[in-house]
Amino acid sequence: MADIEKLEAFVTQVRRDIVRQVHKVSSGHPGGSLGCAEFISVLYQELMERKEGFDMDGIGEDLFFLSNGHISPVFYSVLARSGYFPVEELNTFRLLNSRLQGHPTTHEGLPGVRIASGSLGQGLSVAVGAAQAKKLNKDNHTIYTLMGDGELQEGQNWEAIMYASAKKVDNIIATVDLNGQQIDGSTDHVLNMGSVRAKFEAFGWIVLDIEQGNDVEAIVKGMNQAKDLSGNGKPVCVLLHTIMGNGVDFMMGTHAWHGKAPNDEQLASALAQNPETLGDY
Amino acid sequence: MKTYENTGSKDTRSGFGAGMTELGRTNPNVVSLCADLIGSLKIQTFIDENPERFFQIGIAEANMMGIAAGLTIGGKIPFTGTFANFSTGRVYDQIRQSIAYSDKNVKICASHAGLTLGEDGATHQILEDIGLMKMLPGMTVINTCDYNQTKAATIALADHVGPVYLRFGRPVVANFTPEDQKFEIGKAVQLQEGNDVTIVATGHLVWEALEACKVLNEKGITADVINIHTIKPLDAEAIIKSVKKTGCVVTAEEHNFLGGLGESVARELSLTHPVPQEYVATADTFGESGTPAQLMEKYGLNADAIVKAVEKVVARK
Repeated sequence: MADIEKLEAFVTQVRRDIVRQVHKVSSGHPGGSLGCAEFISVLYQELMERKEGFDMDGIGEDLFFLSNGHISPVFYSVLARSGYFPVEELNTFRLLNSRLQGHPTTHEGLPGVRIASGSLGQGLSVAVGAAQAKKLNKDNHTIYTLMGDGELQEGQNWEAIMYASAKKVDNIIATVDLNGQQIDGSTDHVLNMGSVRAKFEAFGWIVLDIEQGNDVEAIVKGMNQAKDLSGNGKPVCVLLHTIMGNGVDFMMGTHAWHGKAPNDEQLASALAQNPETLGDY
Repeated sequence: MKTYENTGSKDTRSGFGAGMTELGRTNPNVVSLCADLIGSLKIQTFIDENPERFFQIGIAEANMMGIAAGLTIGGKIPFTGTFANFSTGRVYDQIRQSIAYSDKNVKICASHAGLTLGEDGATHQILEDIGLMKMLPGMTVINTCDYNQTKAATIALADHVGPVYLRFGRPVVANFTPEDQKFEIGKAVQLQEGNDVTIVATGHLVWEALEACKVLNEKGITADVINIHTIKPLDAEAIIKSVKKTGCVVTAEEHNFLGGLGESVARELSLTHPVPQEYVATADTFGESGTPAQLMEKYGLNADAIVKAVEKVVARK
């Protein structure tokens, strides 16, 4: 059984890490990071079977690929607090000579990262390839991936979505962060995508909604269901309904904080709403 | 002057296919990906012998590059296969982010490069791919000259860790490099020794350079002919050593003069040993439909063009 309280405490600390990283360098993407704080925390702290340490091949463990690389603050926080690199290194986010680049990369050798992402729409293809490598290696582990909903406007995703079902890549669980927001406004306003569920289903995927995408318990339950549905000849898509900026009241439910850093006062307010649980870096 | 015998004309893409066949038998980590061009890439034998290690991606080159990057995670060595145009320009950002910047061990194998693709015309005749690929940090760029060299290069790629762009072509051309010649990435191959000019050629232009040499010899001009199969990293040492002797250089390639081998050679020479240089290359233009021989004639990419360039550059010394 998942220890929900412990996971929630972890998420609270991750939120602090997100706003502090972004505040320090006055740049970065807090909105989407906060919206996915529960999901990525649950993945690494509860769901994924992970080996000690880090090796690029990741044979014998579950792997995660972040396609919407701009939510690097949440990824870095969860990776650091899951033991991939020292938590203090979060201090170097977006600074010169840092391994914590604006968007995640393997290029500087940061443990935990297996692909560069930032230019959108590429992560799912990579995840599908990694899933097929697992099959070749007879490695019975799962590939997880996360992409933004706006990111689905990139055509390469649909090549990968078509391919994964045609080739029965059923060891992948692809999650869409369905927050309904992108840089220029709501996804409905910028480029209405219609029913994402209907589209994935039409492409032959099993689709599962997690309506409370910022509720740790709901995520654990939903992702366990997704896991149960995998391995049956079809890829699995999770539609994770989240609130952008979740956990910081003035950032919630708006695209305004997609790529904007809080000032000193706003940081203080955000931190007051999320008291320290695991110790700040 | 050494004599090179054409041991039987073949297409370089068949050399790639033969290399893949051998890799299929010798290296269990090698996997092959193709975007609906199995016949053109000559990989049917690999597929027949290793069906579980072949991935038919469909007409979705961007997805192919991403899947190839993903397959390296787990220790596979992916060889992607499609035409050069669809291997580079069409998927540049996928290669840039998911392969080059991510340091993935993907071999991008590109057939039908350049004008010699022929009748399909300019939509398919990429003349910019060497430039595109050599500008990517960490990318090795290879353009092979005949069947034997393409086969040897394909086999050598599996033992090289890092992303590589391997460029070859469609038409049947002379096969003249030794069957047993080991392929050393980044190592120039000296084919002729002379005193008056250095000819640095790559791909289909290497044979043309040898043909040009015969004509030049009759005119009393002797040439160093260097086969540069690896454009990046460039064997600058071999080129500089030669031009120190000859005092001028002609570069020859089936590519735009912007961004190609010629520019790489010019850069190296400008740093340490600047000499007069002439370019046998396309002049910032698209191609068109025609037979390979017609196109190479019209766009100045054959032995005649090399002879003219040599006469011009020697006069500039």
